[in-house]
Amino acid sequence: MSNNSQDSKPKFAMYWAAACGGCEIAVLNIHEGILDVDANFDVVFWPVAMDTKYKDVEAMEDGSITLCLFNGAIRNDENAEMAHLLRRKAKILVAFGSCACEGCIPGLANLYSKQAMLDTVFSTLTTDNPQGIRPQIAFQAPEGELSIPYLFDTVRPLDHVVRVDYYIPGCPPESPQIAAVVGLVIQALRGEAQLPPVGSVLGVGNSTVCDECPRKRSEKIITEFRRMATYQPNSTDCLLEQGILCSGLATRSGCQARCPSANMPCIGCYGPAAGVVDQGARMMSAVASVVGSNDPKEIERIMDGIVDPAGTFYRFSLPASLLGHARVG
Amino acid sequence: MQRITIDPITRLEGHGKIEIFLDGDGNVANTYLQIPELRGFEQFAVGRPVEEMAVITNRICGVCPEAHHMAAAKAADAAYHVDPPRPAKLLRELLYSAFYCTDHTTHFYVLGGPDFVMGPDAPVAERNILGVIHKVGLEIGGKVIQMRKYGHTVIEMIGGRKVHPCTSIPGGISHGITEEQRAEIEGMGRWAIEFAQFSLGLFNDVVLGNDAYRDLILGDIYYHRTYSIGLVDENFKVNFYDGKVSVVDPNGKRIGKYAPAEYSDWIAEHVEPWTYLKFPYLKKIGWKGFVDGVDSGVYTATPLSRLNAADGMTTPLAQAEYEKFYAALGGKPVHHRLAIHWARLIELLYAAERWVQLATDPEITSDNFRTVPTATPTEGVGIVEAPRGTLTHHYWTDARGVVTRANLIVGTTNNYAPISMSISKAARAFIKQGTVVTEGLLNRVEMAFRAYDPCFGCATHALPGQMPLEVTVRSAGGAVVANLRQFC
Repeated sequence: MSNNSQDSKPKFAMYWAAACGGCEIAVLNIHEGILDVDANFDVVFWPVAMDTKYKDVEAMEDGSITLCLFNGAIRNDENAEMAHLLRRKAKILVAFGSCACEGCIPGLANLYSKQAMLDTVFSTLTTDNPQGIRPQIAFQAPEGELSIPYLFDTVRPLDHVVRVDYYIPGCPPESPQIAAVVGLVIQALRGEAQLPPVGSVLGVGNSTVCDECPRKRSEKIITEFRRMATYQPNSTDCLLEQGILCSGLATRSGCQARCPSANMPCIGCYGPAAGVVDQGARMMSAVASVVGSNDPKEIERIMDGIVDPAGTFYRFSLPASLLGHARVG
Repeated sequence: MQRITIDPITRLEGHGKIEIFLDGDGNVANTYLQIPELRGFEQFAVGRPVEEMAVITNRICGVCPEAHHMAAAKAADAAYHVDPPRPAKLLRELLYSAFYCTDHTTHFYVLGGPDFVMGPDAPVAERNILGVIHKVGLEIGGKVIQMRKYGHTVIEMIGGRKVHPCTSIPGGISHGITEEQRAEIEGMGRWAIEFAQFSLGLFNDVVLGNDAYRDLILGDIYYHRTYSIGLVDENFKVNFYDGKVSVVDPNGKRIGKYAPAEYSDWIAEHVEPWTYLKFPYLKKIGWKGFVDGVDSGVYTATPLSRLNAADGMTTPLAQAEYEKFYAALGGKPVHHRLAIHWARLIELLYAAERWVQLATDPEITSDNFRTVPTATPTEGVGIVEAPRGTLTHHYWTDARGVVTRANLIVGTTNNYAPISMSISKAARAFIKQGTVVTEGLLNRVEMAFRAYDPCFGCATHALPGQMPLEVTVRSAGGAVVANLRQFC
């Protein structure tokens, strides 16, 4: 890493905002490929791997980082400050992973107010909190002031805060896709390949998860929605045709249909398919078109089988969707 | 009052920050470990189907998603009043054993190990995995990569994906494995046993064979007499996937054992206004502040506490190492925090042996991997041992199985109070009147919490380097007196 690096190499950074660390693990899972990153880049900032500080990043020249992979959503003021800082310093800023692209699972918090979230977390069954204490941004301890970051009201994807050059979706992105993108950037830096147009989604296919899925498809006529909790689907036929709400129809290809291949429905982690603005809206219209009845009462009965529409259709994409968040407050 | 700020140390789904306050003489007056982020899973679990908790809560942590996946799946089993068939439990535990091997390996070689292999005072540029590889040979680096690969291969085969597995559902698992896959898994498991033995050998040579390290491990600075907890089977042997939680006091006396559904009789969480994380403690003993001893409810949930809370291991090679461990450290219980590293390697060996046991069970390829629930769901608790501590998931549902309320007590959270105490003790020991604050100091403060493998070092498992640390020494007026940083 930096101890055997040369200044002449392009500079690489990776940062996590409100994230789980899975994106870092996915990068490490390119295994020996990580040596290519080391050989071709000077890794200047990567909290998982090295100890460069924010101040050191601030001291870098604007635009001096060639490639920055930014994962995690924007949940607090520290996340937002880092997004602005890295935008200034990076030539190519990539929204990496579902949190940075769409908000991901933690984006479901946008269905609730921040206050409701704090009240819930600090009053659970085991919480011993008779005084109703809530974390304070600035707290006067006997020895001096203690501060913690300010939580924003909602979770936002990276491009709601700064301009983003490319998107690599997935929760997390599949390691072979990461390796391919890294390879492409290395080639482009050598003048052996062209970088795609700014705004492109990289490390993906151009269709839907359904097109990669090995399951057998025929006509979709659904008279009952079923749940994995109480149903065991067969392992060969389309899950949606078996009544399981699979998000493959509205979700971008690129993962090789991992979950359907393991007899589980696609949960939508690769975000909206190419050309789709709102993954949830697309999924809803797809579902509406396969309901096997024209009778309003029967349609209502069938649709009642979907117990959590908001969470099902917007599981990974609520903050980036046309809805963004629930009206709360 | 002077203060030293360490910010950021690294992440717990966010950053950790340490504030060290000095009194007028330059001695440590107090320390605070602050966790500055909150994502609120307990809130947005509400409204979601309980079977989805296994794929929603694993997004709490991308380093140990397998632990959340299993705890949530077990809680959903309980909520649906269904007991998965034996082959389903075997498959889940097989995935989990492979995960443990991967996870413990990365901690030892990447995070904790460099302090010992390279030495606590080695130059920062060398005190990382690359330094370790240079010192002990490239071959070992290859083995570490191989171990991670094998672990993730098994996780993907059974769990559907390498990160964020998806296949555990109420009543079992969504698919089985073929004989061909089983044979491949067994082969990788046998290799993992050899790797674990090799790792213990390396620890024996490099760490235990060095008097200075022995003194560091056995000294007073990294030492706290707390309660220990850990999951055990019906014979009080360590188990990561299933059983009851054994609780022993600082003298090693077992004070009880609780089933998952009884956890709230035993555990409560203290709240402080200067951090987003809560401090669990033993309810029956009570919160007495950041102190150890029999009268304080502070407990640990670590590889070491698991060994302390159990009567031994179910696999022969790990049992032999268990006996050797306590013989070398003066009997049970052990409270030397740096011995957690050694305990972790014993668990690595156990996990590898268990991997092979499960892979060679005649029922592992059975088609009987699911009992579809039929009862009306109500409420359920699931507990597994995450690598970083006992993990508890609790969900209440409506009659449709939609979550109405949730409670999560996550691995590292268990250890928030003891980690804070360890940091405080190390800081008090190393920062004294007239001390020149050096980089070596930073690393010794780091070592106080690194032993716990805290999840605010979650992804720090992964590659070269230490927890990112910055120490700023300020005068009482707030002016910066000195600034020290670590670089890789």
